Amino acid sequence: MKKETPEYVDFAITARKYKTLLTKKYLNRKVWVDPNPYEIQSFIPGTIIHISVKEGDLVEEGAPLLILEAMKMQNRIEMPFTARIKKINVSVGDRIPKETLMIELEAPENE
Amino acid sequence: MTTKKNILALRQKKAIIEKGGGDKAIQKQAAMGKLTARERILVLLDAGSFHEYDLFVEHEEQNFGMASKELPGDGVITGTGTINGAPICIYAQDFTVMGGSLGLKHARKITKIMDHALKMKVPCIGINDSGGARIQEGIGALAGYGEIFYRNTMASGVIPQISVILGPCAGGAVYSPALTDFVFVVENISKMFITGPNVIETVLGEKISQEDLGGARVHAEITGNAHFYALSELQCMEQIKNLVSLIPHSNQQKAARVEPKKPKFRKNIENIIPSDPKHPYDVREIIFALTDESKFLEVQELWAPNIVIGFGRMDGETVGFVANQPLYLAGVLDCDASDKAARFIRFCDAFNIPIVTLEDMPGYLPGVDQEHAGVIRHGAKVLYAYSEATVPKITVILRKAYGGGYIAMNSRHLGADFMFAWPGAEIAVMGPEGAANIIFRKEIMEAEDEDAMRQQKVKEYIEKFANPFVAASKGYIDAVIEPNETRELLLHALDVSKNKDDYRPAKKHGVPPF
Repeated sequence: MKKETPEYVDFAITARKYKTLLTKKYLNRKVWVDPNPYEIQSFIPGTIIHISVKEGDLVEEGAPLLILEAMKMQNRIEMPFTARIKKINVSVGDRIPKETLMIELEAPENE
Repeated sequence: MTTKKNILALRQKKAIIEKGGGDKAIQKQAAMGKLTARERILVLLDAGSFHEYDLFVEHEEQNFGMASKELPGDGVITGTGTINGAPICIYAQDFTVMGGSLGLKHARKITKIMDHALKMKVPCIGINDSGGARIQEGIGALAGYGEIFYRNTMASGVIPQISVILGPCAGGAVYSPALTDFVFVVENISKMFITGPNVIETVLGEKISQEDLGGARVHAEITGNAHFYALSELQCMEQIKNLVSLIPHSNQQKAARVEPKKPKFRKNIENIIPSDPKHPYDVREIIFALTDESKFLEVQELWAPNIVIGFGRMDGETVGFVANQPLYLAGVLDCDASDKAARFIRFCDAFNIPIVTLEDMPGYLPGVDQEHAGVIRHGAKVLYAYSEATVPKITVILRKAYGGGYIAMNSRHLGADFMFAWPGAEIAVMGPEGAANIIFRKEIMEAEDEDAMRQQKVKEYIEKFANPFVAASKGYIDAVIEPNETRELLLHALDVSKNKDDYRPAKKHGVPPF
């Protein structure tokens, strides 16, 4: 029985690199990205059923931004801190996956 | 004369019900490439050994036009029989009868045979092929599932429970297999999910096929829900027979002993492991060199392949093997590998199967995804499972045993009965490079040539500490052995451990980091 020599890769554990194979799951793992506080992402897949703000609005911390309906629950997404709405990437009726960038914020100019 | 008439009437009545959903439905089942429920039982069990019960059970639902509906056997076949001469209880859902949907009576037939299995202390095998809850029966179907889950839990650790997924198994139905010890899946036939593609698409807008969501391969490779993966139903049945012959049939027994045989593996065990500790090899070759006839039934072969688990025989007796696999991810422990090993160790412990651990691992897998996925609590399961186990526990350190991994992989400190190490073993707090960087940090930083100094210090560390003799000098390793002695020593250690008696503090149950 002939066996092909597998293509080993270098795999670093602490200060040493090992020759080994990687699993599909390891290759498909999610790489960590530092969260950007100015990006409002969906925490659950669902449907946008209401949007309370417009681009350019200055919105106070805690004010409602939109309603994301998921699993028969209407989730009210609130402003995390006072800022201006830079861009709205979703419209009412949109069905969006998890971690969709819904709203982009920017710091108010006068600060 | 009436007796004869009655017998003929009985035969006629049985023949009708045994046809399940009838010819058309049977043809449809065959067109999907599936055997019928009855065929499956007959293929799996010893010829002529199957005896059916509750053939004449009927549902009692009156609503939604069910009153006039006849469902032969209420969509499930239950009974007893033998596999390789050993008695077992079995049920098989019949997809030809209303899609194998589960109503209360269908569930009660299953719970009855489960109760029987638990009382008689014989394995229970469930063949799942069902569209899910019989919606017309409403809460009755839910009650049925719950009663099955309760029994799965009661029987856990008392008798082996085997689930065979030969069709859809969706919604609440998936939790019975999940509670059992071994789940078998077959390519293109098994489908398991909590919510199917239709619901996912309607609710969430995510489009995915049944196969990609919860097909056999997905559960064998990605989720770890399945333990055995086959390409056909017949191959699956052979796997089941093999497993059933290797495990004890209750927690009060040992696995049936067979005639001892020598390994067939011809490679010299000394030559399997590369001398460079950074180079991989297939740890299964070490197992083949140790087991009778070099046979090894690997469990969860495709999932978390960085650890290898499974059953082999040594001197005719079943042994559970847990081995780091340097071929994948350098043999690290990660969340999945920890889950996989811990559950297997607990199965072996519950069913009196000695555990042989083969260790060669550089530590836990670093990474944000691992830390955030809870590698702490998953890793802790391995510590818990090994510490808790009272069956004979033997470890052979083949090469690397660093840090937390050294402790986790059935170390002396967790109660190992025998600790052996090969002469090339590196038993240390961490890899030499990492250790030298920390211990000699000042010397390295102050040296004119930092790299040369680092290399010198690494070399020093390897010579002094990356060996089995420091641990052996403290009695943490019982013997440093030659690779060629391994099988003989394991056989002896297993023999010595035969009457092992080990106690644990009285408690209702522990609280493992599930």
